[in-house]
Amino acid sequence: MNYLLDALAWIADPARWPGPDGIATRLGEHLAYSAVGVLIACAIGIPAGWLVGHTRRGRGLAVGLSGAARALPTLGVVTLLGILLGIGLVGPLVAFVVLALPSVLAGAYAGVEAVDPQAVDGARASGMTEAQVLTRVEIPLGLPLLVGGVRSAFLQVIATATLAAYVGAGGLGRYLFLGLKTQDYPQMLAASLLVVALALVCDLVFAALQRVAAPAGVRPH
Amino acid sequence: MNWLANNLDVVGGHLLSHLLLAVPPIVFSFLLAIPAGWLANRVRWLRAPLLTGAGLFYAIPSLPLFVVLPVIIGTGIRDPLNIVVALTLYGLALMVPVAADALRQVDARAVDAADALGYPPLRRFLGVDLPLAGPALLAGLRVVAVSTVSLVTVGAVLGIPSLGMLFTDGFQRGIIASVLTGIGATVALALVIDGLLVLAGRALLPWTRRAPRTEAALATRGAGA
Repeated sequence: MNYLLDALAWIADPARWPGPDGIATRLGEHLAYSAVGVLIACAIGIPAGWLVGHTRRGRGLAVGLSGAARALPTLGVVTLLGILLGIGLVGPLVAFVVLALPSVLAGAYAGVEAVDPQAVDGARASGMTEAQVLTRVEIPLGLPLLVGGVRSAFLQVIATATLAAYVGAGGLGRYLFLGLKTQDYPQMLAASLLVVALALVCDLVFAALQRVAAPAGVRPH
Repeated sequence: MNWLANNLDVVGGHLLSHLLLAVPPIVFSFLLAIPAGWLANRVRWLRAPLLTGAGLFYAIPSLPLFVVLPVIIGTGIRDPLNIVVALTLYGLALMVPVAADALRQVDARAVDAADALGYPPLRRFLGVDLPLAGPALLAGLRVVAVSTVSLVTVGAVLGIPSLGMLFTDGFQRGIIASVLTGIGATVALALVIDGLLVLAGRALLPWTRRAPRTEAALATRGAGA
């Protein structure tokens, strides 16, 4: 319990917040990594997922990819890219995209695929083109699942970004590994608590977004 | 390949430590999730905390949890028990909602029939409810197994031996072969355990041949690192 108080005091110390190595900077870095990694993954994964969901082609590949990604050890990807691309931000960023992509892809295709076939048939019967079926029916109805996929991708990157400090990236993981190296447990604990808080807040924000993303007609409750 | 041939004993040792860290959480979370899932269905006021709590817990990244947990359970940070408890909790976070869902979807007519035949409650649960929920439970367990095997590696940055040591050693000394071996061995181990679970499923649930839909429902939930 003493450690916990020390850790909270560490976080509460106003002197630790400003500056290039301050908590504010590291928190911003951590969020920025997650946002950039997920945005790049979205730019690739969402169109691909929609295409797979709409045409039902390559479904096996998409399912296999998201399954295989679960077996892929994050730390392995981070260290491999760390060696290949050198210490710095490029390696971790590639790792974030690689690890975020399967969730985004799965969310995009699962969302489109889960749309009631009667709604799709109805849209076609009323004369919509394929593009209209996709953009006006399948995408809006599949939005909650897509947001769910982006949500797990974002959390995955928050977790990976913590590990990425091991290969020299910034973010809150810096404090954790600094504490580990100097046997400063309160600092490690403080860093961990900050990451946990960040992850929980982001998860709750995405949970709210997921509810808002459902079109009014199919919203639960 | 040369590297692997020269370090076979090291890799073997890490593989063994890895197994010892990965198997208990998979078993424990499965065994604990069934009563927890049953409770979530039966005790109304427990349902929301159990299911929402599971979802929220799953959002917590693994490395911070490995660091925070010793303060709560009173272990040392390099204690392997930490990893086992943390990974059991992750397994539960995934498995409790699956178990609750699986048990609730058991055909009520089958349950009624068993009751009418005079099955005592426990025997009905073990003989009717559980096997009928089996396919969905197996799908959840496979996800737990694969993500647990992958998550064990994270402990290596804290100095807890597992295949993850091949990542940290490889990175420190710049040996790509070590990292690649680690990734290959971890994925292979996950696939072997997954394959064994599928075989166990075929043996214990011989009437199932097709994957239940729970797999698809879980596809959008990636594993936390």
